[in-house]
Amino acid sequence: MTTPRRVVITGMEVLAPGGIGTKNFWSLLSEGRTATRGITFFDPTPFRSRVAAEIDFDPYEHGLSPQEVRRMDRAGQFAVVASRGAVADSGLELAGLDPYRVGVTVGSAVGATMGLDEEYRVVSDGGRLDLVDHEYAAPHLYNHLVPSSFAAEVAWAVGAEGPSTVVSTGCTSGIDSVGYAVELIREGSADVMIAGSSDAPISPITMACFDAIKATTNRYDEPETASRPFDNSRNGFVLGEGTAFFVLEELESAVKRGAHIYAEIAGYATRSNAYHMTGLRPDGAEMAEAIRVALDEARMNGDEIDYINAHGSGTKQNDRHETAAVKRILGDHAYRTPMSSIKSMVGHSLGAIGSIEIAASALAMEYNVVPPTANLHTPDPECDLDYVPLTARDRKTDAVLSVGSGFGGFQSAVVLARPERKLA
Amino acid sequence: MATTFTLEDLKRILLEAAGADEGVDLDGDILDTEFEVLGYESLALLETGGRIEREYGISLDDDALTDATTPRALIDVVNAQLSSASAA
Amino acid sequence: MTSSVVVTGLGVASPNGLGIQDYWAATVGGKSGIGRITRFDPSSYPAKLAGEVPGFVAEDLLPSRLLPQTDRVTRLALVAADWALADAGITPAELPEFDMGVVTASAAGGFEFGQGELQALWSKGSQYVSAYQSFAWFYAVNSGQISIRNGMKGPSGVVVSDQAGGLDAVAQARRQIRKGTSLIVSGAIDASVCPWGWVAQLASDRLSTSEEPTRAYLPFDREAAGYVPGEGGAILIMEDAEAARARGARIYGEVSGYGSTIDPKAGSGRPPGLRKAIELALADAGVAPGDVDVVFADAAADPELDRQEAEALNAVFGTRGVAVTAPKTMTGRLYSGAAPLDLAAAFLAIKDGVIPPTVHIDPAAEYDLDLVLGEPRTAEVRTALVVARGYGGFNSAVVVRAAA
Repeated sequence: MTTPRRVVITGMEVLAPGGIGTKNFWSLLSEGRTATRGITFFDPTPFRSRVAAEIDFDPYEHGLSPQEVRRMDRAGQFAVVASRGAVADSGLELAGLDPYRVGVTVGSAVGATMGLDEEYRVVSDGGRLDLVDHEYAAPHLYNHLVPSSFAAEVAWAVGAEGPSTVVSTGCTSGIDSVGYAVELIREGSADVMIAGSSDAPISPITMACFDAIKATTNRYDEPETASRPFDNSRNGFVLGEGTAFFVLEELESAVKRGAHIYAEIAGYATRSNAYHMTGLRPDGAEMAEAIRVALDEARMNGDEIDYINAHGSGTKQNDRHETAAVKRILGDHAYRTPMSSIKSMVGHSLGAIGSIEIAASALAMEYNVVPPTANLHTPDPECDLDYVPLTARDRKTDAVLSVGSGFGGFQSAVVLARPERKLA
Repeated sequence: MATTFTLEDLKRILLEAAGADEGVDLDGDILDTEFEVLGYESLALLETGGRIEREYGISLDDDALTDATTPRALIDVVNAQLSSASAA
Repeated sequence: MTSSVVVTGLGVASPNGLGIQDYWAATVGGKSGIGRITRFDPSSYPAKLAGEVPGFVAEDLLPSRLLPQTDRVTRLALVAADWALADAGITPAELPEFDMGVVTASAAGGFEFGQGELQALWSKGSQYVSAYQSFAWFYAVNSGQISIRNGMKGPSGVVVSDQAGGLDAVAQARRQIRKGTSLIVSGAIDASVCPWGWVAQLASDRLSTSEEPTRAYLPFDREAAGYVPGEGGAILIMEDAEAARARGARIYGEVSGYGSTIDPKAGSGRPPGLRKAIELALADAGVAPGDVDVVFADAAADPELDRQEAEALNAVFGTRGVAVTAPKTMTGRLYSGAAPLDLAAAFLAIKDGVIPPTVHIDPAAEYDLDLVLGEPRTAEVRTALVVARGYGGFNSAVVVRAAA
């Protein structure tokens, strides 16, 4: 029996609200600043929720051509920019590899929803036509319909010709995309995966659909402090957008080429609650099971976790659900383990946030600093863990658990660790 | 515009918004049966509440739907809104 | 050592037949389900034909509680999953919850539901958008709803790789079974025959504009001029072979090999990746080209894509080296649903010793393929290859074999 192949992160790039580029992203997090604001992309006055975490993004500044900008939805543009950035950061010469051994996974919950919303208005004449008019359709509309176009664009941008797909499991897409890529490398189907996720959902249809279930906060009079995970005053999440991409490599080849290794993706698992498309059972049993299996795969115990990057969306049911889930597996160690939600600062970018949170977790290990939960002044009494309120904390961080939870009932967990650790 | 909201109105909207659980007889005596027992969870009630708001031109508080746990309570909340709307 | 993964149940919703019996009888009999669109008036659009699933009455098959919150695509998927589980003799409530998962593919999610809500938003206002919009249209909806309806808490997932996605989902399901989950519901259903979906599909410029159902979708024909889209697909029950045998399950066959690539960017000078995907799938299955009894082709019906597929098949199998068929000429292209439906056909071909035909076409001689034309071909089928390509250059291939 050969040793199973291990997978490490050797490159990354993040585009998040308030922080384009990994460095700016980490500054925002480590300084505890927030990037939530009143919506500027469209007139938000008809909506219940009017805040979001928007990125000031100019695709041309990031090297996209006019043709690329025309044919790609904003989320696709994010993905291409971030995947190129991750490859550059890794120092890996992809041109020197067998392109069939390099694959791509892109997580996205809602694909090209922004582009679809805009195009629908055009072809339907503002919603007046049932039989929408093809004469007005943009030539790239098919790419919006089927968001595997994102994976194709990323593959073309980096020159990958191996297994490529979009992973779309709602708000756990960003973890599951990375998990999928890790499994491909481990089983030997690829040596390098360009993996990450992207979503750009801040459009009227998304705001309206979350308004309808009161999932997003209506605290628009205080946009900078609107995202308040675990705080007693929180009343919903703040929609965000963004992307994070990674270069994932097999450990031995990464070591051999002298690559900088951010972290090993040591364990991953996803489970379903089989309960409700939007609801969560308070006991957190299925997220707990995902955590248990991810730790098991990493051959680690819960008490080896130094930091938990929470889903922390800022809905009451989520915050209590994951607090319960973490306690089920970590027991008393849960109370001694800092657990924070970066959604307090960068909002909830649906399918993208899982990868952005993996990036934050890897950076916590890189700098031995745990990012805070901003806007947390008075915790919900039922949320009694250490949520790292307001300010970042210096802490030796060798292993991180990051969790996600999403519509459809998906619960995912990923464990990052130092590759040089002793395997139990 | 209708000025009273009856159990029949509620049943019609519930059926449109969320159907009915097998084994639940909406034509029985349900006025004081909890929505949960009738098989309607918060998502179904949010959809129902949205439809009531649109059809009757009223606005229900965030808490109204969570606090009104039975048909009678919801009907009362809607009727209170309707009478204050017509009085205004 | 990796364990073997088998298929024990099939649930089919196809334009030429609802349920496996109807589907297989129609498919072997060469009966097409392509016709003029009935779900909306197509007269103002350049393409007017589709493969619509006939006679599907969701109200008779699903609880009323599920109907307001589901698009047609999800209703078809839930029913196909019910049928597949019944076909496998599985009662989910009797199995450990964490030992069952759901991995499906999707190309367009619940697009018709989405059209309704976009219309509500833009014609009436944001407060008219349904509470169900947040999930009824998204790509994960079928996996989520199937897991909830059947109490399946194991590893689940959703992939989107256009038409190749159906095979990617099956491969991901196999991966999860090999990691220790004993049963995964997999496959895919797609359905976006609605005006908004139609306009988006037209934008690809690959749809046939013929109005004659027997002349519209002609892969490998000199008159190939685009495809007819359809709706539907198949749901497969996949199990660990030992677990399936232990419970005495009827086994359709094994999912034994998978390969996947994506084409290089146009103008790169590198070859398309289909041949490589096929070679990877054969190698993964440990079978030689000569072991393959039939290929279920992707059959794009675009002259350039047909040529590429014929070249890939001839390079791997030799000129006219293997029987090739495209029963999707009877259904149209079903996006993610297409390849799982071809997998179902492959297993039924193994079971019955008959290869279903490709209909309506007069193959161009230069492709030099041994196409099974017009009539079904009697043949012992032990090993089959299913090929699927997605818009954007996705290539996936799966090898299935008769149970050992």
